[in-house]
Amino acid sequence: MLKEKDKIFTNLFGDETYSLKSAQKRGEWNNTKSLIKKGRDWIIDEMKKSELRGRGGAGFPTGLKWSFMPKDPALNNYLVVNADESEPGTCKDRDMIRNEPHKLIEGCLLASFAMNAHTCYIYIRGEYFNEAVVLQNAIDEAYEAGLVGKNAANSGWDFDIYLHRGAGAYICGEETALLESLEGKKGFPRLKPPFPANKGLYGSPTTVNNVETIAVVPTILRRGGEWFSSFGREKNTGTKVFCISGHVNNPCNIEEEMGIPLRELIEKHAGGVIGGWDNLKAIIPGGSSVPLIPKNICDSVLMDFDSLTEVKSGLGTAAVIVMDKSTDLVKAISKLSYFYKHESCGQCTPCREGTGWLWRMMEKIGEGNATSTDIDKLLDVTKQIEGHTICALGDAAAWPIQGLFRHFREEIEESLTKIRAA
Amino acid sequence: MNNLNDNFSFNKTNERKAEKILAKYPTDRKQSAIMPLLDLAQRQNGNWLSRDVVEYVANYIEMPFIKAWEVVTFYSMYYTKYNGKYLVQVCGTTPCWLRGSDQVAKACKEMISPDQNTLSKDGLFSWMQVECLGACVNAPLVQINDDYYEDLTYDTTKNILQSLMDGIEIKVGSQNGRTSSKAVS
Repeated sequence: MLKEKDKIFTNLFGDETYSLKSAQKRGEWNNTKSLIKKGRDWIIDEMKKSELRGRGGAGFPTGLKWSFMPKDPALNNYLVVNADESEPGTCKDRDMIRNEPHKLIEGCLLASFAMNAHTCYIYIRGEYFNEAVVLQNAIDEAYEAGLVGKNAANSGWDFDIYLHRGAGAYICGEETALLESLEGKKGFPRLKPPFPANKGLYGSPTTVNNVETIAVVPTILRRGGEWFSSFGREKNTGTKVFCISGHVNNPCNIEEEMGIPLRELIEKHAGGVIGGWDNLKAIIPGGSSVPLIPKNICDSVLMDFDSLTEVKSGLGTAAVIVMDKSTDLVKAISKLSYFYKHESCGQCTPCREGTGWLWRMMEKIGEGNATSTDIDKLLDVTKQIEGHTICALGDAAAWPIQGLFRHFREEIEESLTKIRAA
Repeated sequence: MNNLNDNFSFNKTNERKAEKILAKYPTDRKQSAIMPLLDLAQRQNGNWLSRDVVEYVANYIEMPFIKAWEVVTFYSMYYTKYNGKYLVQVCGTTPCWLRGSDQVAKACKEMISPDQNTLSKDGLFSWMQVECLGACVNAPLVQINDDYYEDLTYDTTKNILQSLMDGIEIKVGSQNGRTSSKAVS
């Protein structure tokens, strides 16, 4: 279990206020200048040493991503923070924004400096209205204190930071759709290449990072990349905020060590599965896009990127959705299919048509009005969507269904046979 | 699309806010301000956007109307019709559903209107089912205008709606007594 002294987010639940004064007492903005004076190579090197992998779902190594940014000072580089938290099950960034906004803002300054960016935009989902108010207050505080703006924190680096509210579109969590949206357009993902590091916001080099990725930067730089990488295991390092929802006794967000066993995570922090561990049916371990895993895998799996990939699922955003034996799994997944149908931007035909098709077929199965051939056809359609769209929303719609039938096909077919017989 | 609201323009306070919004983006990238400006206009206009309000905002940043209208219809938080003084959005995605969002929707049906997107008899309320609101460890929840009400049951949902109807102030956030997303111990 992660010790209190090793937690990065010491005010995750808002026990103290988010104000600058309170944040400074917790160690934030403490001699930020000295970190900047060590230079951008040092910062990127520490980030590489930390082995931090992006916390938005894809898990790409952060230090490496930063190193892709062009170093030509004549270019107008941008840092864009993705606070469009919308992956079902996920609500960790919300707590960081409303209770620890100064960690994020300080991280923005350090990351922007490391990537030669003088401007940062934070794109926050529109529904997080109160969170946006808090974050804007915190940004205003930082400006007033000279921590951001001209000669930010007395470092010699000019840095502006702006908050931009979205308006309710899951697709804008996809980084290029987010950039389109920030440019004042509908959120259609862009074809890649060019990648944002070459042509991003307004055609300038841009890095898009998740809130948690940026918010852990100040602590990593203060305590050292090696401190961070001492948690977890190789390539799966650090601490991580997990969101535990669904059929547990005490749903919660909690910061833990990467690689904690799933069962331990749930039993120590969320009061266990309702009705006990043996009442567990399945868990979606990383937000709605990743395939579910049945109890026998949950018994021993570790919560990190590589362990969950090994069991054909994923860590994603580390949003753990627990389903006990009372759950109608077809319905639970069908609701996710509806979600993807609703959120498909409509740009690519396989996704626009396919997500609706998947949902209708899932409903048909849920009603008991389907056969084994229908399931084959459904799985075939998931394969026709997967990998055939501009962005990963198509994949995300396909995977939960594939996961469901990978583990529960026999059980679902049995119940369909019973319904037909009756 | 209704055209009830002629001659819309930002009031003095919002004009200042609009200027602040525009200052966030490069001067040759005014279109970036379309989303916050639409939001500002929608708030001034009673939480919905008529065609001429959108035209005003498009003109404000020298953007073709059709491009602005594309934005309005693409994002779910711009409303092209009036939804009442209180718009109750019930999250129904899986994490909320697992913890009883059907009961929350049932309370809304009984208290507001049997159908979603329909004004209540007094014209003050409407409700709709929405997709994930991003507060899943505090499920189930509703968003009423700008505020989240979390950890709901059928009864607490009814209480909240009744309080709004009676003009009684209610606590925003979790309704089961806990702080934010911390586990109840």
